[in-house]
Amino acid sequence: MNEYKGVMVFAEQKEGRIHAVSFELLGKGREMADRLGVDVTAVLPGNGIHGEAEELIYYGADKVYVYDHPVLADLDMPNYKNNIVNLVKEVKPEILLLGATRLGRTLAPRVAVALDTGLTADCIGLDVDEDGSLVQIRPAFTGNILAQIKTWTRPQMATVRYRVMQAGKRDTGRKGEVIEKDVEPVPSLLTIVNKEKLEDIDIAGADVIISGGRGLKKAGDFDILAELAELLGGVVGSSRPLVDEGWISREHQVGFSGNTVKPKFYIACGISGSPQHLAGMRNADVIVAINTDPSASIFQVADYGIIGDLYEAVPKLSDEIRRRRTK
Amino acid sequence: MSQVKFDSEQGRVDRASAGVEINPFDLNALEAAVQLKEESGGIVIAVSMGPQAAESALRDALSRGADDAVLLTDKAFAGSDTLATSYTLAAAINKIGDFDLIVCGEKTVDGDTGQVGPELAEHLGLPHVSYVSAIKEAGGKLLVTYEIDGERYTVESAFPLLITVTKDINTPRLPAFSDKMKARKAEIDSWTAADLAPPADPDRFGVQGSPTRVYRVTVPTEEGRKGEIFRGVVDEAVVIIANALDGGEIPV
Repeated sequence: MNEYKGVMVFAEQKEGRIHAVSFELLGKGREMADRLGVDVTAVLPGNGIHGEAEELIYYGADKVYVYDHPVLADLDMPNYKNNIVNLVKEVKPEILLLGATRLGRTLAPRVAVALDTGLTADCIGLDVDEDGSLVQIRPAFTGNILAQIKTWTRPQMATVRYRVMQAGKRDTGRKGEVIEKDVEPVPSLLTIVNKEKLEDIDIAGADVIISGGRGLKKAGDFDILAELAELLGGVVGSSRPLVDEGWISREHQVGFSGNTVKPKFYIACGISGSPQHLAGMRNADVIVAINTDPSASIFQVADYGIIGDLYEAVPKLSDEIRRRRTK
Repeated sequence: MSQVKFDSEQGRVDRASAGVEINPFDLNALEAAVQLKEESGGIVIAVSMGPQAAESALRDALSRGADDAVLLTDKAFAGSDTLATSYTLAAAINKIGDFDLIVCGEKTVDGDTGQVGPELAEHLGLPHVSYVSAIKEAGGKLLVTYEIDGERYTVESAFPLLITVTKDINTPRLPAFSDKMKARKAEIDSWTAADLAPPADPDRFGVQGSPTRVYRVTVPTEEGRKGEIFRGVVDEAVVIIANALDGGEIPV
């Protein structure tokens, strides 16, 4: 077990751009590696990706292993898995981190089994204890408890929730090593027959979210929320019932079976606050709740609560913000 | 979901204390399998690992269209993490032998790891697709639609394969009363560790086969929210929130 040393971060890319969660993992990985006195390595599979490798060094990696090949453009399981598994066997990191994105949560379990090691899902906290073991903190039971988990095999693997860790400062003076690895493609077992872009909304990455719930009377009324969202540079979210009604697409859904979000500012409009919804947004920095029902549970997590009609409060807030800006 | 016991001695969450019913996400998995059977033929076998009481969840699965059910239950399986769980399920599926498709729910409402499906696929050496929102059988292959990080893909796969499905794939049916009655009397196969090992390795079951361990559980403290509630004074509230935005207390 002692032969395993160092922190390895999986750098996730899409169309040649590195996902922000990878920089967050490097921030946390760097902090833990400094305490352990070890290196941080990053593994970067993709197509036409090697130009991005330096970015990973700027954000804290000491070494970047690049796998650049057309077969790695999209998540192709046999090819992603084999390269990562072989690299882990070669480098032997004690810790291996992936973002808890859908891609990370699809890939990580297969890598873990191939390496015959433990994997902890969707962590919101990581630490190293006095023995140098990784302490993995994650919510369970719809966020009702926080579990602290340790792994007694190596590498200790975890997927980590987006927007929970802090990326380090981008330092273009940082030096590191970029290592280009050969890719020997293996047959893909799945054939892509169609690929389409979904509505371009990154709710998990948004700083401001204005969400609507059953208090909305019709689908078109999301426009009232969209107006405020636009003023604040944010996006529109929704609780599950309205998504199920087809009033707004699934990409907007906040909650346990939708997106878990951690924006700087969250406004819940006409949302009662089911445990499933709260599990998806309770970690927002500042929460405003607007609801006609004073007993709604959403008020228990709110910094500011307005017991009143969203059809009055939301337009008034938009007007007030606009008035102050034009002054 | 609020009544969950944590066994501090063994360092594990006592799932039995949370009640035994079909995980809601697995109802969609079962429905997807039953619909495929209705369109393309075949049989559906429901497999679960859990305490003896999980038999009632499997009876529910039978009443919703499964043809057969297998319960993996043994003290030796207790305390399994996702690696040991997926290993044990893989051993059971190898014992069942012949299959074309394994359908799993996206995740459970208690553990919420979403790991068991893909881990099971790796143990069995199968291709797998996660976050599946539609499937269709065509010409002996399966067309699988899934959504991942802003893209919707449709892929074609030969059988056998494993998929994990989201709640978007269907609306689970309600069991008919007559099917409930029939399921109540059905025989449910129970398999223990001895039924799986050999050929499975018994050291990979349960606690000793689980490389991760929950060693502490805390109840999250509600962060200090301001909790300023305004009633009947919308104008005043709007000014205070706008002030907080201008003053940087709301950091946007």
